[in-house]
Amino acid sequence: MKLHIVIVEPDETRARLVIDSLQPLGHQVTVIGEPAGLARRVRDIAPDIVLIDMANPSRDMLEEMTLASGPMDRPVAFFVDRTDTELTRRAIEAGVSAYVIDGLQPDRVAAVMDAAIARFQLFQRMRLELETTRRALEERKLIDRAKGILMKKRGISEEDAYALMRKTAMDQKRKVVDVASALVTAAGLLS
Amino acid sequence: MSASVLRVGFVPLLDMAPLAIAHELGFARAEGLNLELRAAPSWSSLRDMLLWGQIDAAHMLAPLPVAMALGLGGAVAQVDILQNLSLNGVVVAVSLGLADAMRARGHGFGFDDARTTAADLARVAQGVLRIGVPFPFSTQAALVGRWLRETPLRYELCTVPPPRMADALGKGEIDAYCVGEPWGSMAVETGAGALVLPGKSIWAAAPEKVLAARHDWIEAHPDLTRALMRAVWKAGKWMDDPDNRETACALLGRAEYVNAPSELLDRILRGEMIVSPRGELRHTPQIIRFHQDAASFPWRSQAAWFAADLAQRHDLPVGPAIDAAQAIARTDLYRENLRDLGADLPGASAKLEGAISAPMTVASERGTMILPPDRFFDGHIFDSAACV
Repeated sequence: MKLHIVIVEPDETRARLVIDSLQPLGHQVTVIGEPAGLARRVRDIAPDIVLIDMANPSRDMLEEMTLASGPMDRPVAFFVDRTDTELTRRAIEAGVSAYVIDGLQPDRVAAVMDAAIARFQLFQRMRLELETTRRALEERKLIDRAKGILMKKRGISEEDAYALMRKTAMDQKRKVVDVASALVTAAGLLS
Repeated sequence: MSASVLRVGFVPLLDMAPLAIAHELGFARAEGLNLELRAAPSWSSLRDMLLWGQIDAAHMLAPLPVAMALGLGGAVAQVDILQNLSLNGVVVAVSLGLADAMRARGHGFGFDDARTTAADLARVAQGVLRIGVPFPFSTQAALVGRWLRETPLRYELCTVPPPRMADALGKGEIDAYCVGEPWGSMAVETGAGALVLPGKSIWAAAPEKVLAARHDWIEAHPDLTRALMRAVWKAGKWMDDPDNRETACALLGRAEYVNAPSELLDRILRGEMIVSPRGELRHTPQIIRFHQDAASFPWRSQAAWFAADLAQRHDLPVGPAIDAAQAIARTDLYRENLRDLGADLPGASAKLEGAISAPMTVASERGTMILPPDRFFDGHIFDSAACV
């Protein structure tokens, strides 16, 4: 049996990652990117499973589904598998929250959760790497600007400018980038 | 001795103030605690973080631990209420369209009369009104239910995250909303709507947020629990001193806490409420209370009131619901841990909710104390003992 899975995810890269992991399992996947009218749209689609980032502020909008009690409504539960607390813990640590229609076979849910957790972890790693790269790049730029200021003001070489900043940083027990940042700020104020 | 690290979660709202103040002003440190405050993106995430041990304690909507005690909404552990963090502090906003229609029919935006406001709103509302609340288990949902029960108005509650509320109103996703400050006043600030009522006009002493922790964690860590309760209680006391207001607002406005303009928070704490984009000012003192007159005492009857409300809305038997709720209101710990600080400790742990219409002297452990009004706008009086 094919499951219909909704992913609530504004970030296209992550949505794509999760889709790519679930479609090969033979499931139908729909992505909702916008928070407006979320609960109603999910209700209209009537999926078997809804996946949403725990950090997504719109998550509370889905909480209503766990309370739907009309005769036509299918009961929904926040995914908390009491038999497999390890899986739940992994899901929470990876930041995946899931809402699952009551009565789905636990192993089928577990397979979906496993795939989603793996993709969320992958995305977290990617985001972390991206962030590290971005910060390194920014620090590089800052240090270059500070070097430029020193070279111009003191008529020294690039190498000497860097050595001066490094010595200052060591003397003051600070990072080179912090010294560079202070220098750039001060130069901005004095110019 | 190094301080014990305690992870405490919150949702960015003015009423998380006692936690930020306990941390920033050194009340936690004085109790040997190092608070690690973590903002949660939503109430459901905060609940799950607490249930799964990613945080030790949390700022929570008062009815949320009660709902968990009733088995509503995927609870896996018992969560206890240690003390109230705040009373009231919510407002009701309506869209500009509704505000204009109400004004055209003579509504004066007095910002104090729940009955007239409900009638005036019912007169102009068309179809089913969509009213935003922060969570299905919230004081806001309970207050709106109480407020509109006698009107012919048809409405549905829609959950919207507090910081998104004004935006949702402006975009027409909802027609009105009830939320904790400053996200109510944000409707006026952004020109999305007008304020029609403070929550205290519906229920004069509605518990809004509580300090909550897992029952098994409390049992395993009596000393940390005591230290946390004392730090937070002292912070609440500090918050109630008008001389500290400006400092408090400067701290709370920061991005890691409420992330809102300090001037706006200051105006709200002063009770200078601007209720419409026309700039109409309504003086509303004590729109939110943290400490005075035993505001932080976690009355068992308050938990019981929420239990009765939730039981009625979700078709559960009322008696057992009230029993379950009263068991999580830890008046025992409040007395034990705050007695020597001089906290007002009432003689009884439950009261008739809604029965006090003027400040009343009641028995306390040290003699007498004053209980401020706790009336409902419609004269409703709730006796938890009569329901079980």
